[in-house]
Amino acid sequence: MNIIISNSSQEPIYEQIVKQIKNIIIRGELAENEMLPSIRSLARDLQISVITTKKAYEELEKDGYIVTVQGKGSFVAAQNKELLKEMRLKIVEEKLAEAVDAGRSIELSLEEMQKMLTILYEEE
Amino acid sequence: MAPVLEVRDLKKSFKDFAINNISFTLEKGYIMGFIGPNGAGKSTTIKLILNLLKKNDGEIKIFGLDNIKYEKEVKNRIGFVFDENYFYEELTVMEMKRLIASFYKNWDDRVFNKYIKEFSLPPKAKIKELSKGMKMKFSIAIALSHDAELLIMDEPTSGLDPIIRSELLDILTFLIQDENKSVFFSTHITSDLDKIADYITFINHGSIVFSCAKDDIVEKHGLVKGPKEILNADVRKHFIGIKETPYGFEGLAGDRQQVKRILGDKAIIDKPSLDDIMLYYAKEVQNV
Repeated sequence: MNIIISNSSQEPIYEQIVKQIKNIIIRGELAENEMLPSIRSLARDLQISVITTKKAYEELEKDGYIVTVQGKGSFVAAQNKELLKEMRLKIVEEKLAEAVDAGRSIELSLEEMQKMLTILYEEE
Repeated sequence: MAPVLEVRDLKKSFKDFAINNISFTLEKGYIMGFIGPNGAGKSTTIKLILNLLKKNDGEIKIFGLDNIKYEKEVKNRIGFVFDENYFYEELTVMEMKRLIASFYKNWDDRVFNKYIKEFSLPPKAKIKELSKGMKMKFSIAIALSHDAELLIMDEPTSGLDPIIRSELLDILTFLIQDENKSVFFSTHITSDLDKIADYITFINHGSIVFSCAKDDIVEKHGLVKGPKEILNADVRKHFIGIKETPYGFEGLAGDRQQVKRILGDKAIIDKPSLDDIMLYYAKEVQNV
């Protein structure tokens, strides 16, 4: 799991963390009930203050992404399955739209692109 | 629960310098940076906390206990690191350790030996043969080997290169993985250690300018750059300090959002560093 912090960004550091952890959860890199790093170890690894990571976790908890159990740690909250699926579908759609744009820019036909998609899809 | 360190209305006057009504609080499990220009009163405050100087008035509580009445108990639970070398130059690392260990109830040789190894300190070298960075690491090894709950450091980074400063930062973040440990350190180099500080207490001319969460300070203030024409008397009021050059101005605003509303896109507004903040507050008097 990657969390990249920019010190020069206008966006407060805790918001950067919130956004990135949300994406990690939506993408499914952290599964339901999986444990997140502790507030203190995350602060150490990112070399930021404990208060900042604490604020980020509080925000994530408020938005329903994680649950914090006193003395045990923070865990990815049980998600609303429908909602989660919708979010993932949205990601697929976005990526496909990107691919279509890229294809159009070099004048690939729909047929050619479908062929590529079929090959890629069946590759695994 | 009592805060780890509580200073209230602390006063101390010398012939030509005074500390006026200093108050601040450090909660357990956090790191507080104590910043201010040279001669602002940082070392004096730390000496008062450790009862190395006699206060004129006020109250200092460590672990909820009066720092003078319970001096012995309190000091057993504190580790401290000073800028200046306060060890006997002629003793070796191990001899000096033995001397200091005898003062502490909870001294743990295993912990000390672990740090010596980690820091690659030569046990048989005399203190005077150690480099400045090595001496600092030795002080830290000493300060951390009796299970101290509060680490107090006076200018631990001054005169050290960025690599050792970064190592110190790692040591501190590792230390507070245990949420019962807290750190209070003074510095005038705000750039590296303050990355990890939770709270910042800023002292200038013997008075506290502010003492609050670092994130709040950095998010609230704004470093504004723009053309001088937009600086009318009304706009100036929103600044803590302004620096003007032939090509424009740079200034620190106390409320970033407000200035953004007033100036719109006529100026560039950046997130200030702690250095910027310290600079403008310290210069405030000259600018008004």
